[in-house]
Amino acid sequence: GTSVVVYMVPQYSSIHIAAVVVSMFSTIICGFLFLLVVKRLPEHVQVDDPAVVKRLAKKLERQQIPLRSDYGYKVSLFSHLHQYSRKAPLTQLLSIPSTVIHPSIVRLGLQYSQGIVAGSNARSVALLHAFKQVIRDYTTPPNEELSRDLVNKLKPYISFLNQCRPLSASMGNAIKYIKKEISNIPSQCKEEEAKTKLLTCIDRYIEEKIVLAAKAISKYAIEKISDGDVILVYGYSSLVNNILCEAFEKSRKFRVIVVDSRPRLEGREALRRLVQRGISCTYVLISALSYILPEVSKVFLGAHALLANGYVMSRVGTSQIALVARTYNVPVLVCCETYKFCERVQTDSFVSNELDDPDDLMVTRKGKTQLENWQDVSSLGLLNLVYDVTPPDFVDLVITDLGMIPCTSVPVVLRVKNLDQ
Amino acid sequence: MPGADKETDLTERIEAFLADLKRGGSGTGPLRGSGEMARETTYLLRRITAQARWSSAGDLMEIIRNEGRRMTAAQPSETTVGNMVRRVLKIIREEYARSRGSSEETEQQESLHKLLTAGELSEETFREHFVHLKANVIEAINELLTELDGTTDNIAMQALEHIHSNEVIMTVGRSRTVEAFLKDAARKRKFHVIVAECAPFCQGHEMATGLSKVGIETTVIADAAIFAVMSRVNKVIIGTQTVLANGGLRAVNGTHSVALAARHHSTPLIICAPMFKLSPQFPNEEDTFHKFVSPHEVLPFTAGEILSKVNVHCPVFDYVPPELITLFISNIGGNAPSYIYRLMSELYHPEDHKL
Repeated sequence: GTSVVVYMVPQYSSIHIAAVVVSMFSTIICGFLFLLVVKRLPEHVQVDDPAVVKRLAKKLERQQIPLRSDYGYKVSLFSHLHQYSRKAPLTQLLSIPSTVIHPSIVRLGLQYSQGIVAGSNARSVALLHAFKQVIRDYTTPPNEELSRDLVNKLKPYISFLNQCRPLSASMGNAIKYIKKEISNIPSQCKEEEAKTKLLTCIDRYIEEKIVLAAKAISKYAIEKISDGDVILVYGYSSLVNNILCEAFEKSRKFRVIVVDSRPRLEGREALRRLVQRGISCTYVLISALSYILPEVSKVFLGAHALLANGYVMSRVGTSQIALVARTYNVPVLVCCETYKFCERVQTDSFVSNELDDPDDLMVTRKGKTQLENWQDVSSLGLLNLVYDVTPPDFVDLVITDLGMIPCTSVPVVLRVKNLDQ
Repeated sequence: MPGADKETDLTERIEAFLADLKRGGSGTGPLRGSGEMARETTYLLRRITAQARWSSAGDLMEIIRNEGRRMTAAQPSETTVGNMVRRVLKIIREEYARSRGSSEETEQQESLHKLLTAGELSEETFREHFVHLKANVIEAINELLTELDGTTDNIAMQALEHIHSNEVIMTVGRSRTVEAFLKDAARKRKFHVIVAECAPFCQGHEMATGLSKVGIETTVIADAAIFAVMSRVNKVIIGTQTVLANGGLRAVNGTHSVALAARHHSTPLIICAPMFKLSPQFPNEEDTFHKFVSPHEVLPFTAGEILSKVNVHCPVFDYVPPELITLFISNIGGNAPSYIYRLMSELYHPEDHKL
């Protein structure tokens, strides 16, 4: 802008100076707007950039949170992601009792990193309950505003939880909601009143976005289940389990095939719960998918997040199931609440993912563990991915609490939600 | 009497082999590879040729056919046994034709005219006695054995034609042929191998340790991650248990998902399979095709009470249709799946397709 203006008006010096000043302002404003619009790339996908890692270390030091170190040989394709070991939880590096972090947050972080609390709904609900405890125990320091100080208190907790296990999209949205609610507390509000207000807000969020949403989704999904159906589910999705149990209670006759995969073997939990209700189930591993699919009439999948370009981010293996189901012309239905919708876009499972403990892939069969000393062999790496993205052409329908939509309508829902807020 | 001793010795060996077959294929990968199975079968057939009592080619073929039927019944999934029996039968036919002096061309040409005019005469023509037939047949079987010994090396020799530097190659489970193939290429080129572990038996772990020991960059992934990483893979090279007559495969569990993922990403799927795995079977009903093993590999007995309330399946093999396959690399070179039927007609005689 500056050079154009200078070229246009060479001989009038006063106008020249004014033009230069105006163009400088405009570039500054443009730059500022640019920074506002484009979000900064999150730290947990920039592990290969030493400047970012240093910045994070400094931030954590300021917040008095220990830095968790990576474990094991990382496959070169994933050098931009963290890889932690479950045997070295972050809490070992903390001093107990911790003065900086609330004990319920410490417990929550440990539960996340050990996999005791897993699944996006469970993690969000646990997070919100822990925050409720934090708010109950909070007292505003003198000369401080609750709306500003509480948000600042939450920041180190969020960093700590992020270090224990990267935040899920649902947790990110919940945190955004809480921060907004806290900042909207008017300054003249008394502390007790403000705290009760926040607690009821959180309860309402859980009730609306998770519990009632599950009921609404079940209602829609049950229309799609007919008598004599053979339904395939993958792993453990609390929402899909809920749907199946409710459909069974409404006396629909169907049977379920639970597909599971190593190393997490979450499907066994789903199997247990379904069998307890009395639903007849079959159990296979994902490698037997081609064998079992000719029997299947519908596939129900859960989701971790729905991305803005229509891709479904879910447990690793979901895209494989959707692919093979499409080959056999079996309809694939994804069930997802709207609070898991995310503004990110992603086209493959590499750029943003989570690497779990690589030691989980080891298995002992007949007394022999083949990969026991994999760390000693320099050219051997183990890869334990947690998530993958399913392209929208494999998914036939997404069932949300707002109704049944195609995968490509996710940005529409996000826009509508933003307008509402 | 020496003759009786030899016969009892022979029957003992046959019984021992049958018992081995019955015990062998437990699905955790045979205790011995298919190559060894083929060699054992051929040794046994050579012994039968040498020691059994027969006077004409027709008798010998009858004996071998009976033994072959018993052997394939003992372990139907081990198709190399049946394939070797058919090869030997073809050898006998050829040697007989050569002894008679008729040219091989007319014997092998199949035409509609021949099918209509021939028919009743086929068995009759094998009744003549030739003095040197036994020696010729045994010599031909020895040639077959030399061919079997060199298959893995022949396939591995072609590795450099197919693998270039800095490639990412995916493989599934464990195949001795593919292992030799990759190790041969690794002597001259640097590439990266991703091994899918192939639950529940996890043979992929053994493959990965074997490959990494010679310095190949290897990564082990879970079966569920196959589609997720497929976008970065340049080639998929796998082995198989059997190559079917239509060019399809009967391979280890999970191969069909790999083939579909490869087709979605337009990644070439290359099969390294020696010729003795080519079987004249066609894939028929899905049910008769499968083999199952104990489901405790999938859901162990420690899972408790729910075991009695659920059905658990543990299939061993998968069918991969020929449309998903790009190339077969065998000891006689590379072939497209559409050419397999022709190779079959060179290896086996059509009347031996059903033993």
